[in-house]
Amino acid sequence: MRVLRFLLRKEYLQIFRDRFMVAQMLLLPCIQLAILANAATFEVKNARLVVVDDDHTSSSRGLIERFTASRRFVLVPRPVSTRGADEAMLRREAGAILRIPTAFERDLVQTRAASVQLVLNAEDGAAAGVTLGYAQRIISDYAGELATTLPGASVSVAAARVAQPTLDVRTRGWYNPELDYRFYMVPGILVQLVTMVGTFLTALNIVREKELGTLEQLNVTPITRAQFIAAKLIPLWSLGLLGLAIGLFVARVAFHVPMRGSVLLMFATASVYLLAALSVGLLVSTMVQTQQQAMFVTFFIVLVYLLMSGLFTPVRSMPVWAQWFAQANPTMHYIEIMRGIMLRGAGLRQIAFHLSVLAVCAVAVFTLSVRQYAKRTA
Amino acid sequence: MNRLEKVLKRPPSTLGAFMRKELHHILRDRQTLAILLLMPLVQVLLFGYALRTDIRDLRVAVVDPTPDVVTLRLRNRLAATSRFHVVKVSSTTNVLPDLFERRKTDVAVVLPTSFAESLTRGDTAQVLVITDASDPNTGTTMQVYVRTVLADFESELGSARGAAGEVHIGVASRMRFNPTLESANLFVPGLIALVLTLVSALMTAISLSREKELGTLEVLLVSPLRPWQIIVGKVIPYLVLGFAITCLVLAAARVVFSVPMNGSLTLLLAESVLFTIVSLALGVLVAARTSSQRAAMLGALVGTMMPTSLLSGMIFPITSMPGWLQPVTTIVPARWFIVIARGIMLKGVGIEYLWRETAILGTMALVLLVAATRSFHARLD
Amino acid sequence: MTSPRGDRSIEVDGLTRRFGTFTAVDAISFDVREGEVFGFLGANGAGKTTAIRMLIGLLAPTAGTARVAGYDVATQAEMVKQNIGYMSQRFSLYEDLTVRENITLYGGIYGLSDEAIRRRTTELVDRLDLREDVDARVKSIPLGWKQKLAFSVAVLHDPKVVFLDEPTGGVDPITRRQFWELIYANAAAGTTVFVTTHYMDEAEYCDRVSIMVDGRIVALGTPAELKEKYEARTIDDVFVRLARAGTAA
Repeated sequence: MRVLRFLLRKEYLQIFRDRFMVAQMLLLPCIQLAILANAATFEVKNARLVVVDDDHTSSSRGLIERFTASRRFVLVPRPVSTRGADEAMLRREAGAILRIPTAFERDLVQTRAASVQLVLNAEDGAAAGVTLGYAQRIISDYAGELATTLPGASVSVAAARVAQPTLDVRTRGWYNPELDYRFYMVPGILVQLVTMVGTFLTALNIVREKELGTLEQLNVTPITRAQFIAAKLIPLWSLGLLGLAIGLFVARVAFHVPMRGSVLLMFATASVYLLAALSVGLLVSTMVQTQQQAMFVTFFIVLVYLLMSGLFTPVRSMPVWAQWFAQANPTMHYIEIMRGIMLRGAGLRQIAFHLSVLAVCAVAVFTLSVRQYAKRTA
Repeated sequence: MNRLEKVLKRPPSTLGAFMRKELHHILRDRQTLAILLLMPLVQVLLFGYALRTDIRDLRVAVVDPTPDVVTLRLRNRLAATSRFHVVKVSSTTNVLPDLFERRKTDVAVVLPTSFAESLTRGDTAQVLVITDASDPNTGTTMQVYVRTVLADFESELGSARGAAGEVHIGVASRMRFNPTLESANLFVPGLIALVLTLVSALMTAISLSREKELGTLEVLLVSPLRPWQIIVGKVIPYLVLGFAITCLVLAAARVVFSVPMNGSLTLLLAESVLFTIVSLALGVLVAARTSSQRAAMLGALVGTMMPTSLLSGMIFPITSMPGWLQPVTTIVPARWFIVIARGIMLKGVGIEYLWRETAILGTMALVLLVAATRSFHARLD
Repeated sequence: MTSPRGDRSIEVDGLTRRFGTFTAVDAISFDVREGEVFGFLGANGAGKTTAIRMLIGLLAPTAGTARVAGYDVATQAEMVKQNIGYMSQRFSLYEDLTVRENITLYGGIYGLSDEAIRRRTTELVDRLDLREDVDARVKSIPLGWKQKLAFSVAVLHDPKVVFLDEPTGGVDPITRRQFWELIYANAAAGTTVFVTTHYMDEAEYCDRVSIMVDGRIVALGTPAELKEKYEARTIDDVFVRLARAGTAA
């Protein structure tokens, strides 16, 4: 224990004396939260719309008005020919083209049905899908309005509507009623942060000593493997928790992200997850010789883990094989836990399954990495 | 004049020998090389196969306080849709919080008491659709899906009574340039940008600062090589590597996902070389301005990788970003490269549509190269 | 546990290390007496570093045995480590820690008491004339001092044997002289010193030297014996002759 005390003091001294380490700890959470929370959204505002109105009636103008009034769309001010619209899309000046055919109003009045054409620039796939959703909603709302206002809508029809059984569908989004995308992203970003600190710093810290030759010096001393590993992991583990605390603070203050569950539970699960992350870092450090290699190997591993964790895309949309992979991915479970605690106020009972998987992963990777770490080469 | 003579007199093989040394460095480090080649391939596969945003198989919980024939019909209707999967039918809403918190359901449809009765009377029956909106995107999409089923159910009820009067506006929609919204098509251009940034900016920054740390850079500096030659020698092998990896990603994308190449491949390759130069210059700049490998790593990560993955429009559309952030994206080289790559691959347009973006990249390359050579110089004096 | 036999602090018998098909160290045998300054010479790539790494317990031998301070390096590596000091060719103190912090760290690792650490720090700093710099980062002190400091830290816990792997690389002649004075002082106090070097004038300072060529020890004896045997004026000449013969063969 006495030896461990000396080793720990050395690690903490080195960490806090390292300007970049400190900068990384303080800046990274802020930068990541600021950029990711704001940039990582698929919500579309101000989609640029070109309207080709071949009808020029009050009905077609009404539809265009609904689009502009929605604030989701802005009109690109040159609604010329079809060719002009195509050109605008090729030049990326338009994200969507709405074409209202001639006889739009006539068809509506005569047959109570008409159609419009909507062309979307699917270059930014995600945005196109969302934009289509908005447009369909606007159009169907407009159709609903026309049912009563359209010339020819007789009183009897209106009366019939009242007598007709209807469903009044109300929707409610639990846990995030304002549908603020940032609430969803922030827990994930915190996970990413903890993962990066855990794996990168551990791998780099140990490999750096390898590169400088100080590791060899330590290896010829009588310190045990357990002492060495404890002395390396404990400071980085506390650093990870510190990073989480800073991130959480920024998230609360800057983004007002809810914290519905227990902070204590959150840090407790973070401790378990960090053990897994740190062990991955330790494992990498045993496999590589230079910081450059450590960097690339860790980068690769962290990238795959993050992509397959449901951070950006839902796990349930993945193909089955990828879902199985995700089940074995501690990052996925930890994201579930973080979102559960922060957004849904989940308690220990609700996260028990994820937490136990996490614990199993952590112990497994830890055992493996400790076995891999040898003071000498066979 | 004197300088020029010196340069001309120097045996032309000096630079060549130096580049060979750099190439050896890269090729000898099998681990890094393997990762550099493997990473793009794994990413292509993941982005193409695993990362999807479409929602299939929604788990629905139905709260039905007074079950009867009508509510059963509604439930069957939900279950019949291939997308839905009724996981729980309960008579009370009390079970819902736990179901949601344990993530056993995605949507809950709450029917009122005496649902059938009010419908037969011709009254309005209130239906509550609750979604787990912690992920707002899927939350909204799920609401739309449930609404659609309910609307069908409603019109079925209506038509059963022979009432009409609805106005219908059909929407014929078309997704141009990527009709099926294939995710591979969207991600591959961004992926090329990401991988090129990784290989050129990150690798150069680290390898240069490593030589600085180890003191080998000083050895190079006292050699007859001029600073620009050292930079060129450092940079060319990575340029070659980046080019090779671009081809690899394109081939993989083509073979595995049949990602289209509607425009000119030559133009795309030329543009990616231009983009690589920009990234390389950034890498040199980062290395010149930092003092240790770790600082260079941090600099390269925050300065190049993060903007490339988040602020380039690769995953998240730029138009969705808040007003203050959008101008920031204009200084991210990858943003322009992705427009170019998507333009060529998906739209099949030529340089006449892309000259503006190309000019921006070209200017960036020029400015950064000059800055990099300068700061490299300054550090040495 | 075996107690040290006689006054042999290092006993090497048929020590061999192979990497794949390449034999880096080929059945070397020698003994080093307690308190002796033993020079371990050889050209780059002759297998010196591999041999040292086996002796200090960083690398497992493929065949043969070696005992250091009475303990078998293959089976009792941790006991070996308790009893040795090591200073590698790369400067291996922590540059971002101060002189005092480095001394405290290694003192703590070797189980010295707080009191002993304090006392030894004062002693060491006085002897090296580092009083002014005791709280300065190691990074900021001159290379010569760093080397002397590294040596002093390596013998902080009074090890039975100290291994020095090219300790004086890049150091000026005056500092090298001072460095060797430190080595002699420790040897006089009973510490066995096992040193590799490139400087052949330093080899002359050793009690005995061995010369390694292509993984084998081709010559072993006092500097005077070797010079006589190979009819050379200096150890340098001996070395060049043997090394050339090795490459030719």
